[in-house]
Amino acid sequence: MPTHDYIPHAAGYVDNDGPKIVTSRFPYEDSYTMERSEATGGYEGLRTALSRRPADVHTEVRDATVLGRGGAGFPAGVKWGFMPPGKFPYYLVVNGDESEPGTYKDRLLMERDPHQLIEGCLITCYALGLAQCFLYVRGEMALAQERIGQALNDAYARGYVGKNILGTDFSVDITLTWGAGAYIVGEETALIESLEGNRGMPRLKPPYFPAAIGLYGQPTIVNNVETLANLPWLMQNGADQYTTYGSETAPGTRMVAVSGHVKRPGVYEIEQGVTTFRDLFYGDNFCQGIREGHELKMFVPGGGSAPWFFPEQLDLPLEARAVGAAGSMLGSGALIVMDETTDAVKAALRLVRFYARESCGKCTPCREGTTWEERVLQRILDGEGRPSDIDMLLDIADNISPGPYPVAADPSQDLEAVPFPPKQTTICPLGPSSVAPITSTIRRFRHEYDAKITKRDTIPVSAAPMNAGAVS
Amino acid sequence: MTDTQDAVSTVAVTVNGAEIQANPGELLIDACERTGTYIPRFCYHPRMSPVGMCRMCLVEVDTGRGPALQPSCMLPVTDGMTVDTESELTRKAQDGVLEFLLANHPLDCPVCDKGGECPLQDQTMAFGPGESRFIEEKRHYEKPIAISDTVYLDRERCILCDRCTRFADEVAGDTLIHFMDRGNNTQVNTFPDEPFASYFSGNTVQICPVGALTAKPYRFKARPWDLEENLSTAWTDSVGSRITVQSSRNKVLRVLGVDSESVNWGWLSDKERFAFEALNSVNRITQPMARADSGSDLASTGWAAAMSTIVDVLTDVDPARIGVIGGARLTNEAQYAWAKLAKGILGTDNVDAQLGDGLPAAVVLGLPRATIADACRPGGTIILAGPDPKEDLGALFLRLRHAVVNDGATLIELTPHRTGLSGIAAHSLHPRPGELGDLAAAVVAAGSGTASDAAGVAADAIAAAAASISGPVTVVLGRASLAESSAAIVDAATALNGLADVSFLSALRRGNVHGALDAGLAPGLLPGRTTLADGGEAFAEAWGSVPESTGLDTAGMLAAAAAGDIDVLVLLGADPLSDFPEAAAAEAGLAGAATVIAIDTLPNASLVAHADLVLPAAAATEVDGTFTNLEGRVSVCEQKVTPCGTARSDWMIAAQIAQRLGKDLGIESPAAARAELAALSAVHGDLTEAALAAAGVEGVLCSGNGSIAEPAGSGSVDPANDAYSLRLVATRRMYDAGTTLSHSPSSAGLARSIELRLNPADFDKLGVEAGSVVQLISNKGELMTPVIADPGVPAGSAAIPANSPGANANQLIDASQPVTDVRVERS
Ligand SMILES: Cc1cc2nc3c(=O)[nH]c(=O)nc-3n(C[C@H](O)[C@H](O)[C@H](O)COP(=O)(O)O)c2cc1C
Ligand code: SF4
Ligand code: SF4
Ligand code: FES
Repeated sequence: MPTHDYIPHAAGYVDNDGPKIVTSRFPYEDSYTMERSEATGGYEGLRTALSRRPADVHTEVRDATVLGRGGAGFPAGVKWGFMPPGKFPYYLVVNGDESEPGTYKDRLLMERDPHQLIEGCLITCYALGLAQCFLYVRGEMALAQERIGQALNDAYARGYVGKNILGTDFSVDITLTWGAGAYIVGEETALIESLEGNRGMPRLKPPYFPAAIGLYGQPTIVNNVETLANLPWLMQNGADQYTTYGSETAPGTRMVAVSGHVKRPGVYEIEQGVTTFRDLFYGDNFCQGIREGHELKMFVPGGGSAPWFFPEQLDLPLEARAVGAAGSMLGSGALIVMDETTDAVKAALRLVRFYARESCGKCTPCREGTTWEERVLQRILDGEGRPSDIDMLLDIADNISPGPYPVAADPSQDLEAVPFPPKQTTICPLGPSSVAPITSTIRRFRHEYDAKITKRDTIPVSAAPMNAGAVS
Repeated sequence: MTDTQDAVSTVAVTVNGAEIQANPGELLIDACERTGTYIPRFCYHPRMSPVGMCRMCLVEVDTGRGPALQPSCMLPVTDGMTVDTESELTRKAQDGVLEFLLANHPLDCPVCDKGGECPLQDQTMAFGPGESRFIEEKRHYEKPIAISDTVYLDRERCILCDRCTRFADEVAGDTLIHFMDRGNNTQVNTFPDEPFASYFSGNTVQICPVGALTAKPYRFKARPWDLEENLSTAWTDSVGSRITVQSSRNKVLRVLGVDSESVNWGWLSDKERFAFEALNSVNRITQPMARADSGSDLASTGWAAAMSTIVDVLTDVDPARIGVIGGARLTNEAQYAWAKLAKGILGTDNVDAQLGDGLPAAVVLGLPRATIADACRPGGTIILAGPDPKEDLGALFLRLRHAVVNDGATLIELTPHRTGLSGIAAHSLHPRPGELGDLAAAVVAAGSGTASDAAGVAADAIAAAAASISGPVTVVLGRASLAESSAAIVDAATALNGLADVSFLSALRRGNVHGALDAGLAPGLLPGRTTLADGGEAFAEAWGSVPESTGLDTAGMLAAAAAGDIDVLVLLGADPLSDFPEAAAAEAGLAGAATVIAIDTLPNASLVAHADLVLPAAAATEVDGTFTNLEGRVSVCEQKVTPCGTARSDWMIAAQIAQRLGKDLGIESPAAARAELAALSAVHGDLTEAALAAAGVEGVLCSGNGSIAEPAGSGSVDPANDAYSLRLVATRRMYDAGTTLSHSPSSAGLARSIELRLNPADFDKLGVEAGSVVQLISNKGELMTPVIADPGVPAGSAAIPANSPGANANQLIDASQPVTDVRVERS
């Protein structure tokens, strides 16, 4: 049995003795309560912010280069600057829909320290002159919803939220909403649609940011839970302090969720930009290595949508540019580690199936292509693959994401990395994400596919339709 | 470019190596098509907002940042853009999308109604890969499912282009179909237990790019290559929507909307679309019929015998004892022929195309007139003082809705109760029946600073409505309730005419009623918007003679006939028993006339009960001619099939009657009638054959008031309020018990039975359960009806549909009074 070093009541979080910007209260059993929050400096960041001019608060965030933690890694301070002046009301939407395969750090932030998130929202609202904030929490996260609900009630009761916050003329309402269990509403424009009561399907770009046209057509900032959770600490300690952690391009810390074949999976707060994948997987303070007697085969470096990495990429730091140039992304900070017992084709199918099921159905290549890929992979695993299937899979992939797909270098085959991001024939990146497991595994482990494929070139069609459930 | 004017007005785009000039803001897909490069597409529809869903229109575009695939339906042109619609990248993307679309498509083309006119088939042939690599089992659904009484959905064929769902949401505002489920199981469907009961559902069938949506009237009826088609004009209401009539083997099988920028934008109401079924009905009148004596049934006879009878009854009769009721069904040319026959040859001015349910001609023709486009001007104000366009004038409803929702027009309703537009109206004011004139006057007064209560509406509501009036004002004017005389509407019109920059769009509903008025089928009127007084001399010269004095309208004719003062009543496609607001008066009139001659396409209540002689008339798809819509726009109706049985065109019947009477009508063809009208009329001068041909789908607008003066107020006083009674409101529904619909198999079942709607306060006073049957009693009659509470009905009013199956409001209405009061009693 691997040693899973759980902290009581904070299952999944591992304290690694590093700097704690967002997880400082996690070790406390009652970390989510108002009492604990106030006893440990809760809402002090808000007080600091309120004592300053909104523009200065914004500047502080910009100076700290707080990168978005939702996936795209866009600096929050810069994004805030896209709000068209004077087109009130503005809205703040907090993206708590965390559903990227492998990712479970926002859930902990919401369950373990909801007040920190609320405080982050208030600081944002103050900086941008917002009076209404919507907290959108993934449908399945019942505990997070409950704790945020309680925390909001308490914060209203204590005058942190609502009219005339802390006696100032700053007023904000925060509304808690939850989804109905769709990955795609994590995409910010689909989330906005869902908030408006519509079916969660991404809107068309441009506009590229909801800052231009967002919720109810108004300028809207969408930020990830973790992004905002950074702000209370930042307000109290300042950008100078913040940037002493991490690297120049990726200051501060970030939460990463490691799962799979490591000795100690869990959520870690690490320094951005400096910690390497090797540190994380093998370090004593972190995952403590691959499970006993096994070795690393491959890993997903940034959530299910990221092209896969292999042992050669272990020494890269968790830094967006380096990882992007190497052919993948840090995405949502989820790492899935697979040892040599993992069947590459099965692993690919597992992720492809996720995207096929979660496609919103809006655009043809994603709606039809992802399911097609899934069914071909399943057929191969069922022993009914054809030699032509591999090239066909790559071509289907090319029709969803045209051109060379981002992939890691493979020195053994003398293949160079294709840098991130992929191109897309689709509206949002979900469709192209489904391609990552396929191109990653075919490039590396084509022999595993070959081994499963019959040498016949006839067409055995599997008996039951995959989506038999739809037959009525 | 040196010419700055040019630089501003167009954008240079390179398409496949050649430079084209695009309009700023134009979508790339449109700019390419306009200049001869067709980009394949499925989801894009020029009358709806682009959604970029199907990805079929991806083309390689370079805007300076390197070539990349972009959906051309979402991309506005920019200067210097380079586009390659034939590059390898583009072709690969098109191949890919088509292969994806076909992966789960059932390819049941041989049994699909769309086969042969299917964009999916066509574009697969033009752009797709030859073969599919998809060997998995396809997606299966039950096929097809009925999503409404008329529309069927085959989800296997659906390519999820969002056209139908977008139409329902954006255009019609009936969000009754939507996407369900996710990923590959995404499907269009209705909400559980809520059918796609939209008056506009047929449009989704027309715009579906595959055979996923089919409509009952056309299912399995023909293959597209067997169809022949004509451009024509819809005849069931007065909007004048442009249509194409398609037939096979001399039978009309389908009607499709045609995109006319000025009128219907390609959309149709289901009534306009499916009413052709009635013309194929087995009940069509195919032979002249006559009654041996007043007690016997109608029996077939020949044309010769029928004509002899007509000559007998019309010879040596005092012209004042002849009356002609109806004519809105006819083409402009037939109307002109009948006006000439009645007024020029028979010498009677007892002619009325309206059945007491419309407005005086002076109000329709004498006020500054607006076009639909005028009404829909961005930033303008629409005042609805008329019927619910959603029920009465479907295609106009869609245009008005678009103007309010998308173009910032302000809508103010002055209607008896809620309408289909209330949800988007800035102000909905519901006056007490009979007091619309007061309300209109109060709105106008409030605009100049003095707001007061009026017609049961509070002063502040009136002030708010008046304050919201901005930009050019269009009053959509018509008869909202049959239980209210036209007096209050005349007063409202004269009051609203006092607003600045105001014009009026007539909302008279019946077919070619505006053509009838223009042809002079109204007492005191002559063709070309002129009166006996003004135009009498000229027409006397042209026609030989004209009546000396103004004759009777329909109410007058019925009363005169009842009193024994009219001998011959001609019903020109009219059914007074069903349509005249007071059934008893219609019954007495028809019974009182010595001879009733009905000229019609289908049997109706009046014809069956009272006609002594029936002549079969050719229907809308069986005649050539033109149609005048509510704007005064003249467009072509072309004959598509031969008349049913021995039926003849109405103009021909008029010409033959004249001939048998020893006179010459001088009309030998519709074109001749049109030429004569154009020559004599002050407003039809532009209506030349060349102009009609050149105008294409847009038609020729015949504008101007001719010599019709602005109407004066009605001079009537407000009806006294009786605190114990409710005031009756009887409004038209799109689906009612009318003749056309009852003979259209697909639509006949859609008319809902009668229902009395009361304001909750009035309803509570009754002390009955919702849905209980109560008795509705007026001084003219009574009806049994279920009753429900409806907050959209103002207190004091009792709202019922005008003509429900088995229950016609005209049983209750007293047409001689400005309003009809009713009592509700528990039965
Ligand atoms: C398919 C898809 C799923 C996404 N899911 C999430 C999510 O679960 N949580 C999240 O914060 N961002 C998610 N994003 C990213 C959001 O669109 C958005 O970039 C982010 O919420 C912005 O916040 P940030 O700038 O603070 O990172 C997703 C994006 C895509 C394309
Ligand atoms: S790529 Fe997939 S998830 Fe994204 S909009 Fe298109 S269909 Fe929906
Ligand atoms: S039913 Fe037709 S119009 Fe509607 S989404 Fe499917 S293909 Fe498009
Ligand atoms: S036509 Fe452009 S995406 Fe469908």
